[in-house]
This record gives sequence, C-alpha cells and structure tokens, in this order.
Amino acid sequence: MPTDTHTARAHAAPSPAGTPPPAGERTRRRGRVPRNPLPALVLALFLVFFVLPVAWLLLAATKTDDQLVHGNPLSFGSWHALHANWTALTGYQDDAIFLWLRNSAVYAFLALIITLAVAIPAGYAMAMTQFRGRRTLLIATLVVMLMPNATLVVPLFLEINAVHLIGSMWSIILPYAFYPFGVYLTYIYFSTALPNDLLDAARLDGCSEFGVFRRIALPLATPVIALVGFFSFVANWTNYFLPYVLLPDSSQFPIQVGLGTLLDDVPQFNPTVGSLAVQRPELALATLLAITPVLIVFLFSQRFLVAGMLAGATKD
Amino acid sequence: MSAATPGRARAARSTRRAPWPGRAGHGFVAAYVLLLIAFGVVPTVYAIYFAFTNADGHISGLSNFSNAANDFRFLPAIGHVALYLLFWLAALVIFVVGLALLLHRLAGQGVSRALRFLYYIPGALAGAASVMVWLFLLDPSVSPASFLLRALGYDTFGQVIAPGHLPVLFTLIAFWTGAGGWIVVMYGALNNIPHDIIEAARIDGAGAWQSARRIQIPLLRKWIVYMAILAFAGGTQLFVEPQLLSQASVGVAGRDYSLNQLSYDFAFQNNDVNTAAAISVELLLIGLIAAALFVARSGFFDAD
Repeated sequence: MPTDTHTARAHAAPSPAGTPPPAGERTRRRGRVPRNPLPALVLALFLVFFVLPVAWLLLAATKTDDQLVHGNPLSFGSWHALHANWTALTGYQDDAIFLWLRNSAVYAFLALIITLAVAIPAGYAMAMTQFRGRRTLLIATLVVMLMPNATLVVPLFLEINAVHLIGSMWSIILPYAFYPFGVYLTYIYFSTALPNDLLDAARLDGCSEFGVFRRIALPLATPVIALVGFFSFVANWTNYFLPYVLLPDSSQFPIQVGLGTLLDDVPQFNPTVGSLAVQRPELALATLLAITPVLIVFLFSQRFLVAGMLAGATKD
Repeated sequence: MSAATPGRARAARSTRRAPWPGRAGHGFVAAYVLLLIAFGVVPTVYAIYFAFTNADGHISGLSNFSNAANDFRFLPAIGHVALYLLFWLAALVIFVVGLALLLHRLAGQGVSRALRFLYYIPGALAGAASVMVWLFLLDPSVSPASFLLRALGYDTFGQVIAPGHLPVLFTLIAFWTGAGGWIVVMYGALNNIPHDIIEAARIDGAGAWQSARRIQIPLLRKWIVYMAILAFAGGTQLFVEPQLLSQASVGVAGRDYSLNQLSYDFAFQNNDVNTAAAISVELLLIGLIAAALFVARSGFFDAD
C-alpha cells in the first residue's frame, strides 16, 4: 500500500500551483509556428492511462457479466442491468455492503474529529508557544510522519492484543487519529500565517493562553482545518492493512476490506465459490460505491486542492 | 490593559520573551503526545521486545531474526520488494518529473490545471479499490486494453499475472494511484523557480530541453529526493496489492510476495508473533533510517 499516505504526504510542497505563467512565456509561444506534437501526444497518452480505467469502471457497473465480456468495453450497458447489479449487490449477505460503508463512515469521521481536536492545538502550540521538549516533539513528528504507516501495523496488533482491544472499533479509530502529518501541516500554517504580535496583543489585553487560541488562532485556522481534514479523511477511508489485521469480524469491516471479501466470492477469480457467487459487474459497482465519498471530496475540494494543498512546506 | 503605554507594552513583551513556563504549551500538545506514545512509541518498543524474546517471554537474542532469514520465503520476498522498488522509483522519477515539466510548459493554463486534476483522480482509488480495477484491466477477457494484452501475447488472466510480471504490474497500480499527487507537487515546485532564471537561459539560447536539463531539474533535486525517499519507504511496505492478487488467483500469484505479507503470515498463519515482530522491526528500521536521514540531511524541514 505504498500510495495511500503518499498522496497525503506528498502535499508538503512549495507554492500555490494555480498561479498563471509569466506573460513572457505566452507571447513566446504564440510566435513559434510548427509545434512539436510529441509533448501533447505524451500528455494525451497519460490522460488515457489515468482516466480510462475510471471511465471503464463507471460503465462496467451498468453491464451484465456477459456484456462485460462480449460488449464494447467503453459502451454503456443498461439501466436495467445497473438495477439488477444493485439488487444483487445489496442482497449479498443481508446488506453487507451498506454495513461496510457505514463502518467506513463511522471510522473515518470519528477519527477525523479526534484528529482535528488533537492536531490543531498541537500544531498551534509547537508553532506559537515555547515549552520544554518542543524541539524533540517536532523532530519526532517529522520522523513518524515520513515513516510509512504500514510499518506499525503488526506491532500495533501485538499491542492492541495485549490490552484485549482486538475487535473494538477504537482499535482502529485511535491509531487513525494519530496523524503527525496533520500536526506538521498545522505547525507550518501557524508559523507562517499567524504573526506573533497578534497573539501578544491579545495576551496584553488579558486573554488567557486558551483564550488566545480559541479567539485569535482558531478563527484564522479554517484553511488548515480543511486541509488536515481532507487528508485525514482520504487516508483513513482508503486504509486497508490496519483494519484487515485488527478487525476479525466481517460485520466490522470497512468497505475496503469488504471489497476483499466480495472478491473472494467472484467465481472468475475464485473457482471454488458455490452459490454465494458475486458477479464481476457487482464487484465493479461495489468498488464504485467504495470510492464515491473520496471522489466527491476530491471534486468539491478541487479549487482549494490546487491552490491550497501546496501551501504546506515553505516557511519563509 | 489595552490602554497600556508603549513602554509598558514593551516591558510586558520582554518578560514574555523570557523562558516561557510552558504550562499552556504542554496543555495544547498533551493529547497529541498521548497518541504519539500510544500508537508510535509503545508499538515500536513492543515489537522490539517481541523480536528479541521467544514464545515463553525469555530473551532469545537474534534467534527470531535468523528464524525469519532462514525461512525459504524470506530471501525471495526481499528480492521481490527490491525489484518492485527499482521499477517503481524509476517510473516515478522519470514520468513524474517529465510530465510536470510538460504540464508546466503548456500554454493553456486551463488545460494544464484540468490535466493535473484528471491525473490526480485515481488517487481516490488508493488501497483496495485500485487493485479491483486493475484485476479487471489485467484480465484479457474483460479489459478495455485487451487488444494490448493480446498483442503482447497474453490471452488469459493467468498469463498476465505470471510471477515475472508482478513487479511491473504492482508498479503500474502504484503509479496509477500515486503519480498524480506527485505531479501536482512537482508542478508547484516548478512554479517556485524564479522566472528570471529561465528567461536568462532562454536569452542565452537554451531550448526547452536545455533549460529543463540544466536549470529546472537541478533545482527540483530536493523535491525529487523527497519523493524518492517517501516512495522508497512506502514501497518497502508493499502489502495490499499482492495480498488481493493472491486472493484473486487463489494463491497462485502474490502469495508471501512481500515482507509485510510474510510478517502477517508468521503472525496469523504460523502463530509465531516473535518472528513476525522480527520482520516488523527490520521494516521499521528501514523506514526509520530513511526518515531520519532525510530529516537530518535534506535541510527540508529546518525545524526552527
């Protein structure tokens, strides 16, 4: 699972990406006559590579298994087939798919709330106050943030097992809520965007330290709260390894692990399946349902993603 | 207090600059420190403890490590992961930098932004979903790219997922979900290069290729290293792709393919948590070294 946290960590990047190119570049471009077609071709090829599978997945959910095999791969099946797939999928193990989606939502949202409640004050304190151990904490945060989160899964299992919390939903929500990248983002945000003088002024006016945080820092923190929330939600929703290891019971699975269960019952991938069989278009539909929340978050945060997600790393 | 004279204000500020008692700071970070200890420090210590003891809790020296190393699956797993890392890092560095440079040169800003977003979309399918999609894409009987697979001489799913192909296939999946995010990052880094430098090079007669090679790529170096180190550390943790692939091929391909799978199997198939912990400690060490080296050497995160 090298990718799930990568996208998140990747965004500790330099500057807003949306800035238009300097005028010089444009005028130069207009003047050049025979353009080299190669760059456009490469970009188009990669566009197909990145987008075609998603488009195919959307269409696959509208087909019957027979259409999937014999029809044009990029054709629309029928509403009827989509409905049939939906009925079959939701019938699987008494609405298991809804249960898994609900589990995913519960885990991701509870973790999100705790993450925000923990990471925002921590990042703020590391940026704006002095306390003993601050530097150590900062370095520890950086190191843990750069470590892939899968490294700690088996050790976490051993720990959770020792305190007899295996099977409790908190056994994955609390590890999810530990989100050093969020703390780091908040730290960078406050140390670049919030002038110390402003806090000093509030302190002079008799504000308590907590009051300063609540009345001055928090209202100014909306962008970073959104940013941390976005990455935390996406990372937790797409996590597979941790719940796969820590949750023993199918009724507790998040949708990601549930997809694996469905996969086991697809006869083309597992010929030993008996009457429980899941057809391939149903699996495609389930995959689609599994990614929809993240896709929606992506679409709605597009503008803020492009402009905001790179705000992270430079602090000049 | 707000009516304080400037002199008094300055005095107050200078007392504040004196060593801060830190009680408030500690209050703000307390919950985070608790989580850091519970889910960062304790599992690490616990894994180390297990790695150096046997099933009865007695100190066992390095025997768990030699147990793991002598397992017939251990060396192949290292080989698999190393080969996968090679492909994955090469693909990432070449294509992400290349695509970011091309996107940066695009005249139409709207087009460039739309492409960056579209490239980024598969990121929404990270985890199990991406593997599901690629199981279909790699199956010639349903794949939209089946003509390509057949042209390469593969007519069945079994032929496509032959063991020798797996590093490339896992690279494809990882690149498909992960590259878009990195392209956005590289693009942002390119935007950060002062235009004057590029312009000066252009006046000196540097073409697109020259300025990319001599100016942009050297200035991107820091980011390329950042990406490579994170991708390396993440790549050593390969799990979900081979695990699901082995499910989809009834154990034919991808079983015990990576070190994480091996650790998982030791813990849950063989009930040998000590050897599982030994492998975890090794993986942990790799991640820790990569991260620490990066923090210490890159100057990327100048803490203060």
